[in-house]
Amino acid sequence: MTDPNTDGASLMGTPGSDGRFGDFGGRFVPETIVPACEELAAGFADAWADPAFRTELDGLLADYAGRPSPLTECHRLSEELGLRLLLKREDLNHTGSHKINNVLGQALLARRMGKRRLLAETGAGQHGVATATAAALFGMDCTVYMGEVDMVRQQLNVFRMELLGAEVRPASSGSRTLKDAVNEALRDWVATVEESHYCLGSAMGPHPYPWIVRELQRVIGTEAREQCRRLLGGHPDIVTACVGGGSNAIGIFSGFVDTDAELVGVEPAGGAAVARAVPGVVHGSKSYLLQDEWGQVTEAESISAGLDYPGVGPEHAHLADIGRARYEQVTDAEVIEAFQLLSRTEGIIPALEPAHALAWVSRARADLAGRTVLLNLSGRGDKDVGQMMEILR
Amino acid sequence: MSAADVPTTTGIGPLEAHLRARRDAGHKLLLPYVTGGYPDDWPRMVEAFGQAGADAIEVSIPFSDPMMDGPTIQQASSLALGSGVTPASILDAVEGIESAVPLIAMTYYNVAFHMGHRRFAQDLARAGIAGAILPDLPLEEVGPWAECADQAGVETVLLAAPTGSDERLVRVCERARGFVYAVGVVGTTGERAELATSAVQIARRLKAITDKPVIVGLGISTPDHAAEVAEVADGVVVASAIIRKLLDGEGFDAAVEFVAALRAGLDRG
Repeated sequence: MTDPNTDGASLMGTPGSDGRFGDFGGRFVPETIVPACEELAAGFADAWADPAFRTELDGLLADYAGRPSPLTECHRLSEELGLRLLLKREDLNHTGSHKINNVLGQALLARRMGKRRLLAETGAGQHGVATATAAALFGMDCTVYMGEVDMVRQQLNVFRMELLGAEVRPASSGSRTLKDAVNEALRDWVATVEESHYCLGSAMGPHPYPWIVRELQRVIGTEAREQCRRLLGGHPDIVTACVGGGSNAIGIFSGFVDTDAELVGVEPAGGAAVARAVPGVVHGSKSYLLQDEWGQVTEAESISAGLDYPGVGPEHAHLADIGRARYEQVTDAEVIEAFQLLSRTEGIIPALEPAHALAWVSRARADLAGRTVLLNLSGRGDKDVGQMMEILR
Repeated sequence: MSAADVPTTTGIGPLEAHLRARRDAGHKLLLPYVTGGYPDDWPRMVEAFGQAGADAIEVSIPFSDPMMDGPTIQQASSLALGSGVTPASILDAVEGIESAVPLIAMTYYNVAFHMGHRRFAQDLARAGIAGAILPDLPLEEVGPWAECADQAGVETVLLAAPTGSDERLVRVCERARGFVYAVGVVGTTGERAELATSAVQIARRLKAITDKPVIVGLGISTPDHAAEVAEVADGVVVASAIIRKLLDGEGFDAAVEFVAALRAGLDRG
């Protein structure tokens, strides 16, 4: 049964042709798009090994996206919490989140593979905005699927995408959130696979996406590791990040997976797929999945549209399964408190997504006393200010 | 499991034998589709379709996230799930159906995975279902399920798509049981005004490499479409065009009459 090409034992290495991370991953998609997945895997392997591709991407990340992102030491908040808190500032990237790292790489790849159209799904809108941005930059057509509920929650990002020239199509089935936007994007891809590249936004979906997205987000961990080496002379004790699909978490974890740093992913309590640890198959891969007793996928609930997803990327399921990372859950109320805490103490308004990671640090501060915590601040809070104003006033 | 490990036993099961016998007698095959759970009297519809000229019937077990389906089938699945049906309730109902022709279950892989391959295969067999279609379970991933299905006597139908290479289509045909489900369009299920040229093309490619029955589905919306495709293919699956009539309120009898019209179209040739 074992594919000799599979390298499942090597953490965060190149997956084999079956796209497995231990028991998780794979490629559970309609036959129509299997050849496209194979072509994409080969195309990415080829591009990733090509110094010219890497140089062009590095140039875009530096000159367009604004990398490297700084590492910020939170002096006031550290004192308040009784630990040493460092933030990896992905919120300072162009378009306001880590999503731009992945999208620039995929858009370059799509162009290299001769595709003229990008399609994407988005929850909070950050990945949609990033994809629309890359499409504008490269002169490509762009369609973004977004749940109807999320379009109301994140009107500003809908307008941004439209300004950037993208068409935003509402996903009106099911829970009308991120899960349904993924369904619609996959259906669109099945129908337009010959001309479209599906620019998938998280480290999930069928092989090769979890691998591609992790490699494109690896830049976060690589930079953070070097920045920590210079600042701390070593590694932090804890590396933490929020987890929906889990792309920002896999990006920063990748820099520390071979150290003794504890890796902690933080899920919303209403969407805690890893915590419940029930395996399932949806959106093209096997992972942990919220589902009912019959395997029907159930709806996640989170204050943050970006984490409102019933599954998790398969490599996170694997890291949890082998005990290399652990996954905690926080409530919406804790997130709201953390959102205000960082704003007040450090002058940084975080997106609701990374406020989940901060909420866990805040709750666990007694256990973390005196230790050094690196938190991936994956996005800024501009998009959430309107929603929070309604909640807090 | 890699594709090289997929077993390629060539034994012909009862579903394939049934379809081959009819095909070899010069008959074009008609496989209409029914959503398990929609409308309420769907079991009676299965029986009526059998009497109206179907050669086998596809019965879906609705799934929350039907990746391969367009809006029509999605809507029917959603209505069925909303009425509270479960895989178990649908299989219980199937057990009570007096069908004149073989039944084939269509659902998505998580339903089988969650229940457990062995149990799901045995439950299908116990309900009298002859075959299974899991459209999100491609060749490379089908092995563990297909082995359990083979053991339970349930024939796993595989999809063959226009985007597949000739070499891939050969491997799909080798592993397919019952029949080869030729995907007529690059896309999801749904009615189309015109028959896609890809429908005839995929049928021609498959007929050149396999003796198994080649049945084209997706986008077959009228008796004329069915007749045109069946000039090359061994038969057709018709799903959305039937469900559309039900969703539009045309009623049970209209759906049965439509199946009879499809039968007449195929017989006319």
